[in-house]
Amino acid sequence: MSERSLGKDLLGLESLTAEQITLILDTAEPFKEVSERPIKKVPTLRGKTIVNLFFEASTRTRISFEFAEKRLSADTVNVAALGSSVQKGETLVDTARNLEAMRIDMVVIRHPSSGAAQFLAERIRSNVVNAGDGTHEHPTQALLDLLTLRDKFGRIAGLKVCICGDVLHSRVARSNIWGLLKLGAEVAVCGPPSLMPLGIEELGVTVFRRIEDAIQWADVLNVLRLQLERMHAGFIPSLREYYRVFGVTVERLERAPKDLVILHPGPMNRGVEIDSRVADGPHSVILHQVTNGVAVRMAVLYLLAGGRPELAEAAKGKGEVAE
Amino acid sequence: MTGIRVLSNLASGMTVAHKRNSLLDARGFQRVLKRLAKEIADFFKSTAAEMEGPERPRLVLIGIQRRGVELAERLARLVEPMLGEPVATGALDITLYRDDLETIGPRPVVGETRIPESLDGKCVVIVDDVLYTGRTVRAALDELADFGRPARIGLCVLIDRGGRELPIQADIVGKRVKAKRGDRVDVLLNEVDGRDAVELVSGRAA
Amino acid sequence: MRPLLLRSGRVVDPSQGLDEISDLLIREGKVAGIGRGLGVPDDAEVVDASGWVVSPGLIDLHVHLREPGQEDVETIASGARAAAAGGFTAVCAMPNTDPVTDNQAAVGFIVKQAQAAGAARVYPIGAISLGQRGVQLAEFGELVSAGAVAVSDDGRPVASSHLMRMALSYAQTFGIPVADHCEDPTLSGGVMHEGLVSTRLGLRGIPSAAEEIMVARDLLLAELTRGHIHLCHMSTKGSVDLIRRAKDKGIKVTAEVTPHHLILTDEACLGYNTHAKMNPPLRTAADVEALREALKDGTVDVIATDHAPHHYDAKEREFDDAPFGVIGLETALALGITQLVRPGILTLAELIDRMSCAPAKVFNLPGGTLRPGTVADVTVFDPEARWKVDPERFYSKSRNTPFAGWEVFGKVVMTIVGGRVVFRSGAD
Repeated sequence: MSERSLGKDLLGLESLTAEQITLILDTAEPFKEVSERPIKKVPTLRGKTIVNLFFEASTRTRISFEFAEKRLSADTVNVAALGSSVQKGETLVDTARNLEAMRIDMVVIRHPSSGAAQFLAERIRSNVVNAGDGTHEHPTQALLDLLTLRDKFGRIAGLKVCICGDVLHSRVARSNIWGLLKLGAEVAVCGPPSLMPLGIEELGVTVFRRIEDAIQWADVLNVLRLQLERMHAGFIPSLREYYRVFGVTVERLERAPKDLVILHPGPMNRGVEIDSRVADGPHSVILHQVTNGVAVRMAVLYLLAGGRPELAEAAKGKGEVAE
Repeated sequence: MTGIRVLSNLASGMTVAHKRNSLLDARGFQRVLKRLAKEIADFFKSTAAEMEGPERPRLVLIGIQRRGVELAERLARLVEPMLGEPVATGALDITLYRDDLETIGPRPVVGETRIPESLDGKCVVIVDDVLYTGRTVRAALDELADFGRPARIGLCVLIDRGGRELPIQADIVGKRVKAKRGDRVDVLLNEVDGRDAVELVSGRAA
Repeated sequence: MRPLLLRSGRVVDPSQGLDEISDLLIREGKVAGIGRGLGVPDDAEVVDASGWVVSPGLIDLHVHLREPGQEDVETIASGARAAAAGGFTAVCAMPNTDPVTDNQAAVGFIVKQAQAAGAARVYPIGAISLGQRGVQLAEFGELVSAGAVAVSDDGRPVASSHLMRMALSYAQTFGIPVADHCEDPTLSGGVMHEGLVSTRLGLRGIPSAAEEIMVARDLLLAELTRGHIHLCHMSTKGSVDLIRRAKDKGIKVTAEVTPHHLILTDEACLGYNTHAKMNPPLRTAADVEALREALKDGTVDVIATDHAPHHYDAKEREFDDAPFGVIGLETALALGITQLVRPGILTLAELIDRMSCAPAKVFNLPGGTLRPGTVADVTVFDPEARWKVDPERFYSKSRNTPFAGWEVFGKVVMTIVGGRVVFRSGAD
């Protein structure tokens, strides 16, 4: 795979090189401006058909992808698992074959099973974008986090980023860890040990037991959403205790040696993993993340849509024969 | 800079014997720019004279990425004293409006698009270095239309090399040359390439 | 039945400490003699076995034949034929069918179907509890009288320690082992080994402790009851350590390991390869190392395949939704030769012991020896023949194997059950 292209699919950041990640971030820059235009639309993907295949409820990721697609002039169809043939027992293989038969160009898939995006990508010719698979990866979320940090600090390399919360069940955490490490950041995780996956240190991240220690160390906190059902499954005693021990609060941030930047993938549980005053305060770049989400997704769709990197290479070799 | 281009061809494995012919040297370049500025000023004055309404239209020069942007800046500085008022400039990257994404693949990095103000009712002159097939201009017109509704759009190019594939002509032309299909017209700019010149590189001659 | 003389084969019979070039004569379903220059009866079929290994028939203590209930996936007949093709002269069928083999009639059905198939022998294993529901003991006496050779709730762990204690006690009446699938149900719920690979893939893990806790419990209960506990498909180093200590203490424990746990690690799951999804899951390289050692030193007694057929498209699914299990009857011997004998981990005699003599002893089955006068269950194979695993050529109705495409050595030439050739390579 050429470092100047992404290949057919975007399944995760673990399989990408630093050059490919940087390519996406660089490509996202001009797309930020498109969303500021009076007509927030360019004809780049005119005539392309994109299916947003969501087997899991998601409002913001789906909307963000849909904006990205529409601003690139693609034709989009949203398929939600509810009410579709999936409910009637159709398998993912059948769904894939049907999509293939309808000659669609790209699929954006969100699925509760880890590996579902790869499963689909291996079985259809269309480009596949992983919009979150189980607890595996959520690459576009990590890419928008990276873009936001690059906007804020001008660089990723050398930044100290601590991912806080339910790392065990978080695809956002996994994608962020890969992306940050590849671009040269120092990465730590902090949360209840009952929500830490086995072997996490072996990925090259530091583990903090106390949120206070993480705050002392970090330039950036990426605060993960705590799924409320974790309490019922016995991973933590209560949300109240979680907030008391691991909540990112103004009081804790005030004791930090420097101003921290706070990321959150949303949707937030105010008063559980994050204090409202932090979410709405000057440390927070959460809305900036949302804006960047559209730009990053436009960049990914644009890069995948070219689809024929060998021709792109040849075109570059020609010099500027065209005007 | 020209050396780098030749190298890039070598890197891609092509062995093309290049022959370089100068079309404009630095002095000729200056001369042509001045003439273009004069013609842009005249184009604007005639537009303004024909237009009715309480407000006088304003002139905006929009350069097409890459070298059209620098050309537009230079031309604006030359036009300003002729009109006795500031001339706005902008930049347009037409990558996202190309009709050949499928065949050439995505340009990895899209350039900046900067439109100075609303284009409604403005007199816009699109500035580019070389006019060839006309497809870039077609894309630029599409893109400009998404930014507003100018009163008039003109086209100014430094070099018209012929070979049009669309019914598009420039209003203001610096120099017309006859170039063959495999040839390349290199426009070099002080700001980007360290010198001003226009050269014809005949390719595919080996 | 014509007498059969296997001439000049390498006769390897660990039960007699035998490994020599010799002739083997089979007559009236029994081994009639081993040696050079045996008198050849006039009507005997003579097979030149030079270059081949002649061993006691292989015995697999742990297979799932899916009949009754899922005949589209495997039947007793297809499973018995697959077994014969893999060099097995006998297999033990786990009771987790639909309905469960928890009564005399169900056991009798298996015996009848196996006889009709006329391939490898099929010994039924009865359920520990009615419906494998883990509440009430099945009628072991009835099961044994109908032909069951052991009891197990395999496929499901026996969650209740009380029930396991009762089973281990009561089974002693009939001298049968209680085979357990060791898995703490409150710690499971994952889809692969819990470790670095599951963390990377974002898949729910099954910790080694889920197995080891139940191994420890079963060993304590075996000690308490003096019953015979047979531990199915051991997968972790910790389990092996526990068994080794228990054996030192004289606890009556036997244990099995599958070919896949001896060969593959959790990295086989990378890329969400559902053919590597099995329960217990594939563990780490350190576990594989410990299992090989334990098999060598006898801590783990036998190799059993845990042959678990699934419908051809059942593994064509998301990893979470794909069923556990892998088929193994037709690859076990070749994998053993290729992965254990050729690299020098086991001798050929040790491999044959773990796949034939030891299983016969553990479940007290006929066979597992070539001693003259015993039943003529014999496997003949070419240890040097090289082939490529092609699931399309399997006799099993199912194709779910992680070993497709592997180059292996060791091809079964003949499988003889009770003096009758039930499989002959190239004869179909």
